[in-house]
Amino acid sequence: MTADIDPNIDRLLKRDSFIERGARSRAQALLDPGSMRELAGPFERLHSPWLAMQKLVTQADDGVVVAKGKLDGHPTVVLAIEGAYQGGSMGEIAGAKIAGALELAARDNRRGIPTRAVILFETGGVRLQEANLGLASIAEIQSAIVDLRRYQPVIGVSAGTVGCYGGMSIAAGLCTWLVLTREARLGLNGPQVIEQEAGVAEFDAKKRALIWGLTGGEQRVVTGLADACVADDTHEIRATVLRLFAQGVPARHRSERADHYLACLRQVDTRVQATPEDVRAIYNPSQGDA
Amino acid sequence: MERLQFEFGAGQPLSGRTVAGVVASGDLEVLLEPGDAGRTTVAVQTSVDGYGGNWKALLERVFGPGSLPAARIEINDNGATPGVVRMRIEQAFEEVTQGGNTP
Repeated sequence: MTADIDPNIDRLLKRDSFIERGARSRAQALLDPGSMRELAGPFERLHSPWLAMQKLVTQADDGVVVAKGKLDGHPTVVLAIEGAYQGGSMGEIAGAKIAGALELAARDNRRGIPTRAVILFETGGVRLQEANLGLASIAEIQSAIVDLRRYQPVIGVSAGTVGCYGGMSIAAGLCTWLVLTREARLGLNGPQVIEQEAGVAEFDAKKRALIWGLTGGEQRVVTGLADACVADDTHEIRATVLRLFAQGVPARHRSERADHYLACLRQVDTRVQATPEDVRAIYNPSQGDA
Repeated sequence: MERLQFEFGAGQPLSGRTVAGVVASGDLEVLLEPGDAGRTTVAVQTSVDGYGGNWKALLERVFGPGSLPAARIEINDNGATPGVVRMRIEQAFEEVTQGGNTP
C-alpha cells in the first residue's frame, strides 16, 4: 500500500529541529563541518563542587559547551548552554567557562585574530544553589560581552524551550544581535516568579497565551527587543547568524539606546494588565533606530 | 544522592572516547573512555538512593560477559529507568566504534 503522506507531516519530518538538539549538537551544527574542537570539555571533569555538597548529581561539563571552530571560515567560539541540565542555570563553573571564552575571544581580537562569539541561551538565570558565585559569573559574562562587541558582533540565540531569564536575559540584551524562535521566551523574571512575588492578579503563570504573547520570540522581535524571529530549523538559524555577522558592529548597540526603552517604559499604564497589542503600540522599534 | 563503583572483565582497551546523554530529569550522562586492558570500571553517581542492586544487575547484563572493549566509564544519573541507562551505554559504545562525536 502506498501511504498518502500528509505534506505537512512530511515537511515536519524533514525539518532539522534546533530545539531537539542538545547543547553539544547545537554547537556542532552551527560550526563548519569538522572544525569544532571543545575546550574545557566533559573529560576535564569540571563538576560543580557546590551541587555535590548539596547532594545533587553533577554533569561533567557543568552544562556549558565551549566549542571553538570556524563559522563560514571565520574563527568563532560557540557557547552553548544545556537547558536540560539544572534549567541551564549559571553556576560558578558554567559561568566562568562562558566568561573566560568571551574574554579570550576579545584578547584574540586585540592580537589581530578576529574571533567572533555566538551564545546559545537556554537558561533560567543564576543557579540558586551557587548564589553569589553564580551572580558574579553572570556579571563577568556581561562585562565580557560588552568588551568583545567592540571588535566583533556577539550574537545571542535562544531557541527554546527553556528560553532566557534572569541575569542572563540582561546578557542577551547586551548582545549585538539576538535571534529567537517563536517557541523561545525572553524576560527578566519568569512567569511563575512574577506570580509568586506580585500575585496572580498581576500575572497568571497558567496562561500560556499571555506568557508567549508578552515574552515570546515573535513579540520580542516586533517590539525591537530582539532582531530576528526564526523557525525551529537548524539551517535557518545558521543562515540568520551568518547574515547578522555580515552586518558587522552597529554604530550603537541596543543597550546604548536605553533612553528610548526607558521612554517606552514610562508610557506603560501599570493600572491595567498589559496586552501584547498595547506593548507593540508602545515599543515601536522604528522610533528607536539610531 | 549515592555513589557506586563497579568493575568487570573486558577485552582490549577501547579506541576512543565520547559522552552521551545529559543529566536531565529521567536521563543520564555516560562518559566513556579507554580503560586498562582486561578491566572495565564504572563509577556511578545517581540521584536515587537504594538502587545499588538494580545497578549491579543491569551492568552485569551489559559487561558481565567481558566481551566489550576495556573502558573507564562515568555515569551521572538523574533518575533514568534501566532501559534508558542501557541505551545510553550502548549509544556511547556505538559512537566510539563509528568514530563520531568526540568532545
